[in-house]
Amino acid sequence: MAMIAMATGFVLILIGLFGALSNRNILRMIVAFAVANTGVNLVLVAVGYMDGRTAPILNEAVPVAEATTRIIDPVPQALVLTAIVIGVGVTALMLAYAYKLFKTKGTLDISQYTDLKW
Amino acid sequence: MTLSIGIALLLAIAMVVSAIMATRGRRSLGISILAAGLASLLASVMFLLLGAPDVAMTEAAIGSGLTTFLFFFVLGRVRRGEHD
Amino acid sequence: MIKRFTLILLLAGLGAIFAGLMLDYVPDSELNRTADYYAKNTAADLGAANIVTAIIVTYRGLDTLGEVTVLFLTAAIVGLVLARDRHDQSQPDRELPPTGELLATGTRLLLPLILLFGAYVFSHGHLTPGGGFQGGAILASGMLLMLLSHPLRRFGHRTIAIVESIAGLAFVFIGVLGIALAGGFLDNRILPTGTLGELFSAGAIPVIYSFVGLKVGAEFSSMLLNLSETEEL
Repeated sequence: MAMIAMATGFVLILIGLFGALSNRNILRMIVAFAVANTGVNLVLVAVGYMDGRTAPILNEAVPVAEATTRIIDPVPQALVLTAIVIGVGVTALMLAYAYKLFKTKGTLDISQYTDLKW
Repeated sequence: MTLSIGIALLLAIAMVVSAIMATRGRRSLGISILAAGLASLLASVMFLLLGAPDVAMTEAAIGSGLTTFLFFFVLGRVRRGEHD
Repeated sequence: MIKRFTLILLLAGLGAIFAGLMLDYVPDSELNRTADYYAKNTAADLGAANIVTAIIVTYRGLDTLGEVTVLFLTAAIVGLVLARDRHDQSQPDRELPPTGELLATGTRLLLPLILLFGAYVFSHGHLTPGGGFQGGAILASGMLLMLLSHPLRRFGHRTIAIVESIAGLAFVFIGVLGIALAGGFLDNRILPTGTLGELFSAGAIPVIYSFVGLKVGAEFSSMLLNLSETEEL
């Protein structure tokens, strides 16, 4: 299970990077970055997974005394929760800048932005 | 156990296909954005299978819901500049 | 052509690295020391049933404060970048076609339920999956529904700013209270930890997470608002 999720995550990262580097439309590049972001989160959660254990929530099914042998590593999950929220912030920033670029040049084609080329 | 592995394999295939649709599609930008949202939603099911319900909820609400809408707001504004 | 070739070479190299990482990966059979500590001591120390919440709000509470700050900065920068566009829409608003009856009625019916569900999610963060970030996103989706059904209505940026500032200040204030009354910054034991599994347990965790939820909801709402209020060219 963890292996499947991890492989999917790595494949998503590669697809996302390929999309970000091969597309010319800025919005498409941002979409590709969002896909790569999902892939990274998937890999991180997969690292914390252990076979035959349950989610790190204590209740009748998982009493406190047995917690160490019954739950999945909670630390990667906490990290990924942070990463998802920050990811949305980064996406929103990229979108705002993309809109601003569109306002100034009237196009989203990255090959039209040659101001820094020499 | 085998059932959950089967579901995971199915999810993995669906995620890869929708990710390819999101990045490589010669289709309209709207479909690309929706495909990225779909990949994110499937990822949240995968998180649930991996025993991370907190992360699954966050991904479904934030990564899949709000991000898609942010994209659509910007797409609506730049509609005229889209040519590919 | 050469660009394409370089790109594929780069990705192949990266793929090889990833494959190497995966082949060497051996899943742990038992928890590492940090996770073991959290599993053993969360219930006794903090009284929270959801260990992920306990890590986010208390053990790594400072990280969450930083995260909320990053979100605040993002919302502020989005507002700043798009500010001038909103300013020069002095021409009278064009008549948009009215939103459908279905959407308007649905919004009236669903909005209170969505807000209630958001509040439920962030006040039960220490017991069930969910918490401030998820609840905040749900609140923001209620806002989004309002935006969709009344596209021309101007929403109060002031209200959102006030909610956000008060929630942020309260978050820091509770943290400082932790230094004064308990073990350190953002310590949740300023309130009794109660019995494991009840709503009023886990000390200050539900209080802190509620403020985080309000703050995150306000931040996402202001991002959505700023992006949707930029007028078309």
